[in-house]
Amino acid sequence: MLTTSLAKLHSGEICKIQKINAGMNATKRLYEMGLNTGSRVKVVKNDIGPVIVSLYGNKIAVGRGLAEKIIVAD
Amino acid sequence: MNTIALVGNPNSGKTTLFNALTGSNQRVGNWPGVTVEKKEGKIKFKGQIYTIIDLPGTYSLGSFSEDEIVARDFILKDKPDVVINVVDATNIERNLYLTTQLLEMGVKVVVALNMIDEAKAKKIEIDINTLSQKLGAPVVPTIASKKKGIEELVSKAIELMHKDVDFKAHISYGENIEREIENIKKVLKDVKLDYPTDWVAVKALEKDQYILKELEKTHNSDISSLLKNLEEKEEDYVLEVIDKRYEFINRVTNEAVKLPKDNIETISDKIDKFVTHKFLGLPIFALIMFVVFQLTFAIGQDFLGGYVGTAIEILGSAIETLLGSLNAPDWVISFFIEGIIGGIGTVLEFVPLIVVLYMLMGILEDSGYMARAAYIMDNIMRALGLQGKTFISMIIGFGCNVPGVMSTRTLDNKKDRMIAILINPFMSCGARIPIYLVFISAFFPEHGGLVLFSLYFLGIFIALLMAKIFSKTLFKGESSYFIMELPPYRFPTAENVLRNMWDNVSEFLVRAGTTIFIVVAVLWILAMLPVGVEPYSQNSILGRIGTIIAPIFAPAGYGTWQAAVGLFSGIAAKEAVVAILGMVYAGVEEGTALVTAIQSAFTPLSAVSFMVMTLLYTPCAATLGVIKKETGSIRWTLFSALYSFTIAWLVSVLVYQVGSAIGLG
Repeated sequence: MLTTSLAKLHSGEICKIQKINAGMNATKRLYEMGLNTGSRVKVVKNDIGPVIVSLYGNKIAVGRGLAEKIIVAD
Repeated sequence: MNTIALVGNPNSGKTTLFNALTGSNQRVGNWPGVTVEKKEGKIKFKGQIYTIIDLPGTYSLGSFSEDEIVARDFILKDKPDVVINVVDATNIERNLYLTTQLLEMGVKVVVALNMIDEAKAKKIEIDINTLSQKLGAPVVPTIASKKKGIEELVSKAIELMHKDVDFKAHISYGENIEREIENIKKVLKDVKLDYPTDWVAVKALEKDQYILKELEKTHNSDISSLLKNLEEKEEDYVLEVIDKRYEFINRVTNEAVKLPKDNIETISDKIDKFVTHKFLGLPIFALIMFVVFQLTFAIGQDFLGGYVGTAIEILGSAIETLLGSLNAPDWVISFFIEGIIGGIGTVLEFVPLIVVLYMLMGILEDSGYMARAAYIMDNIMRALGLQGKTFISMIIGFGCNVPGVMSTRTLDNKKDRMIAILINPFMSCGARIPIYLVFISAFFPEHGGLVLFSLYFLGIFIALLMAKIFSKTLFKGESSYFIMELPPYRFPTAENVLRNMWDNVSEFLVRAGTTIFIVVAVLWILAMLPVGVEPYSQNSILGRIGTIIAPIFAPAGYGTWQAAVGLFSGIAAKEAVVAILGMVYAGVEEGTALVTAIQSAFTPLSAVSFMVMTLLYTPCAATLGVIKKETGSIRWTLFSALYSFTIAWLVSVLVYQVGSAIGLG
């Protein structure tokens, strides 16, 4: 199982969140939005600007800097 | 007694449900825009009156943002008799996170499972009975936009209100955490707190900053050592508590909810392909804003504005005739015609414009586009040390800076919030438009659109420039993160759009009837005194005040006492500037006379310089008031008033001096 950061994935890829290396506030907020460890997300869009992920069809935009700190596995 | 609180995630349809519940029977505690403060409504059920409080939309009841604290303090301190938790059925798992937190608090909860029709369309199957049983709370399916399920929801809520049940979630936090909770509870046993002990124990483990501070305030030695212990422990409990909540939710949804295997590409997804596109996103955003302002002026100003103007003129002459026939003294007639009708009338002419602007803003907000605007702007804002959400508060500021400043409450980060508050007044609000329009018709009737566009652009430019400077100097701190839900596009409901518009416009009208009325009346008196002086002349008290201030503005090209008086009154309310200019220049309110007077008093260059000044200088009293409230600091409020004046003066002088030097004067 390869791990990488969410910011490195391409549109259409599906991954599982392994670990979030961000500060406590940001991590907590991600958790509360449903992006906790173990949740499966689909990358909807990743070109410039924030990364858009889909969680059961609900879209959440995550700033690029923060996306880099989200470690995911496929 | 008999209060029902409405709690839910942003975009869960909470406001729509509130409107469906209360109908016209509601009042705004404060400015909405995005529901920033508590809204209150009344409903009647079986002869009894109940109060419904609409709390701000939040994802959680932690203490990140102002909104969350407002919501949870209301639940814990004001103790509503029952809480209606609006849950978006299409996004049930995430929405239940808030539900779980409510259940932890031990309050009586009824779940309104909203947008159940959309969930069905998305092939999400929800077993209501199982869901209710697993949560331990009644669940009522609703479609707020179609007013379905409302009656049952109310009846369930009221039934629960009168039932004597112990509402307590059965969330198992696991052995470790539960042992910690017991330890904390032992220490807290003899301490008097405003909050339930169980809940405080969990929050302490979550390192909720607000609760930790409250505990510190008790100055109890046991608590101090407890806090110290918590401090030294690994941070892992914080996330573990959240994980355990999700485990609870998973146990509930595993049995009660069936999600479709594949996500179908929805219409929202298709629209987003264009709207959030790498290259197209920004031009589309610019186009939308352009259309909004074009429509505002075309409908609000050119089409409807004239009618209001005519109506006021007719009213004015009717009052004049009436007072004349009553043999009223001249000064009474002058007070009513020049002071009141002239002053307030000038302001009322712009009501149609504001009506249209707020309706269009409401449509953008209700449709879900605002979140995309924040997404698109995040890149640019980030380069300036800000984040995309700040831009939403700036757009709202185009309507009025008061809700603009208030909407910064959704920003989690103190640094972001302070900067967003301080730059918001540079967004040219609706009340400043009348000033530009007078100068445009005096000097640039052919290029009105271009002048307006340039002014708005200058406002944004200065705001962003100041933001950059602030983030490098006053508010260094940690950089902010951007997390934002992009809700599915929805067709805006007429009711929401109209209600939102009315809430704002009525506030504007109230201000016209109070603040502006007083300002106009006081200035009229100052213009009439000392007794015997020629009204509105330089020898009146008003004229003398203006004469003293005027030299400050000489380098900017309008060092006249009239211009000074106009600017002076604008600090009370920007709407007053045109009213006062009308009085001091033309002696009457009439549009053409004022335009002619302005043409002889200004040059095209000094007109531009004056418009720049009115765009950027000290915010109006209402905005300063809300800045005081939101920052909680008189010093920052004074700072805001003074630094914007300085910037405005500098830019205005720069425009005039450079313009003169290159021969534009």
